[in-house]
Amino acid sequence: MNGPALAAIAAQLVVTVAGAPLLVGLMRQVRARLEGRAGAGVGQPWRDLRKLLRRPPVTPRGTGWAFRLAPLLLVGSALVLAAIAPLVTVASPLDALADLFAVVGLLALGTVTLALAALDTGTAFGGMGASREITVLALVEPTILVAGFALSARVGSTNLAAIVTATLHDPLRVASPASLLAAAALLIVVIAETGRLPVDNPDTHLELTMIHEAMILEYAGSDLALVELAAAMRLTIMLGLLASLFVPWGIAGASLVALPLAVVIFVAKVAALGAGLGAVEVFVAKLRLFRVPELLAGSFVLALLAVASSFFLA
Amino acid sequence: MTDISYPQFLDLAAGVLLLTAIGVLWRHQLAPMIRLLGLQGVALAAIVAILGIHEHKLELILVAIGLGVLRAGVLPWLTWRALGDSPAETRETRPVVNVSASLLAAAALTFLAYVVTRPLVALAPSPATSVLPVAVAVVLIGFFALVTRRRAVAQVVGFLLLDNGITATAFLAAAGVPLIVELGVSFDLLLVVLVLQVLTTRMRAVFGSSDLDELRGLHD
Repeated sequence: MNGPALAAIAAQLVVTVAGAPLLVGLMRQVRARLEGRAGAGVGQPWRDLRKLLRRPPVTPRGTGWAFRLAPLLLVGSALVLAAIAPLVTVASPLDALADLFAVVGLLALGTVTLALAALDTGTAFGGMGASREITVLALVEPTILVAGFALSARVGSTNLAAIVTATLHDPLRVASPASLLAAAALLIVVIAETGRLPVDNPDTHLELTMIHEAMILEYAGSDLALVELAAAMRLTIMLGLLASLFVPWGIAGASLVALPLAVVIFVAKVAALGAGLGAVEVFVAKLRLFRVPELLAGSFVLALLAVASSFFLA
Repeated sequence: MTDISYPQFLDLAAGVLLLTAIGVLWRHQLAPMIRLLGLQGVALAAIVAILGIHEHKLELILVAIGLGVLRAGVLPWLTWRALGDSPAETRETRPVVNVSASLLAAAALTFLAYVVTRPLVALAPSPATSVLPVAVAVVLIGFFALVTRRRAVAQVVGFLLLDNGITATAFLAAAGVPLIVELGVSFDLLLVVLVLQVLTTRMRAVFGSSDLDELRGLHD
């Protein structure tokens, strides 16, 4: 493995880990400003994480390895995703691993570990949250895969870096119906998978409708910090993947020279996407849980149509 | 417009056409349905305009402008006026087929349209005929919306989807129908929507609801 490749992977990791809490802070700040509040500032999630990391984790009595292992596995899978996904560069040596199936599998691994941990606590909220999360996951994963097929059908490879490179060479491909439908489907799925409005409200605790917060209710101290960091990283990675797949311009190739610029462009793209999502969240209410399958069925149909049009209109 | 970008623009407009049809099935609220209908009118006009610019026919471009005014302006506005004020009237609360199932049905109908039109596309493969399945899919989805929705306004929207699909099919398969036929069809459509608007208003005045399932018995 040569110097530029290592530098690229390091850049991706540093940007994702350092930037993820800032992205969450930015989204909260945008929302606060639009709602007429002053807001806590973009750096607040980092301050929270620092505070939590200094405190020892407390595990409830009766919990086993699933509860203790989940934060580490969650952060671990997020770190692997951050290293292999084509976020800043398409020429990293780990790109061979960034297969669509591998990425979806890693995402599902994180979700399932957290759901198992929530079941392990044996509390009512944990079980409820886990069951809801798995329901959403079961509807989300096929959509991600099918939308991915729509993009990979023309490239002839399910490798994400190959898809991004092909889009770079043929920019008009982004405006094709297949690509637009897949983008719409993936956007909905990303919102559902990362637990944002209208599927889950990330800002509330102790509400009967919560999904993600219900699962992590029993975590405290540094464990909670890890879980929060991993959730923020997953959001960053998914928004980054969305940006790379549909607006790939500015992503770096094999050379080291383009790397700083690519990092800046990546940060700008993800920040713009995050700020847009934060602004939209002001105007939408949370969906009833029983309406969520409707939303996800819609995104599945969009993904299916994307595949259909990528085959038939080509 | 260069020849390279022509299929791209056509595909894009056809994509919007199909997406708005799916969106109509997706939504419960009647107001967004009507907005989607207006957007679909724009996409339909865009398809005709793109065909006209590609074939250098002034007539088609003029037809596109007319279609745009009618389908994206007049018809949605008339449907909008038929919309009631009461909150219970502005929602399609319980369609005959629920929303998730109708979305899956829409996907199935789209595939059906692809299968059915394959021989037609094979007759004369060109960028225009290759998006023909989308237009046929819009016809089928419009028909589906027409038969599975209960509110009169939702059924009008379904009917207009159906007609948008038929118009798109005509222009894509045969580069348009004679102008006089197109004018006749457009006036027919306008009259139908006007009649349906009056009917909906009357229904609401008499029954207090525009749920067509209430119309069961005959009265003197």
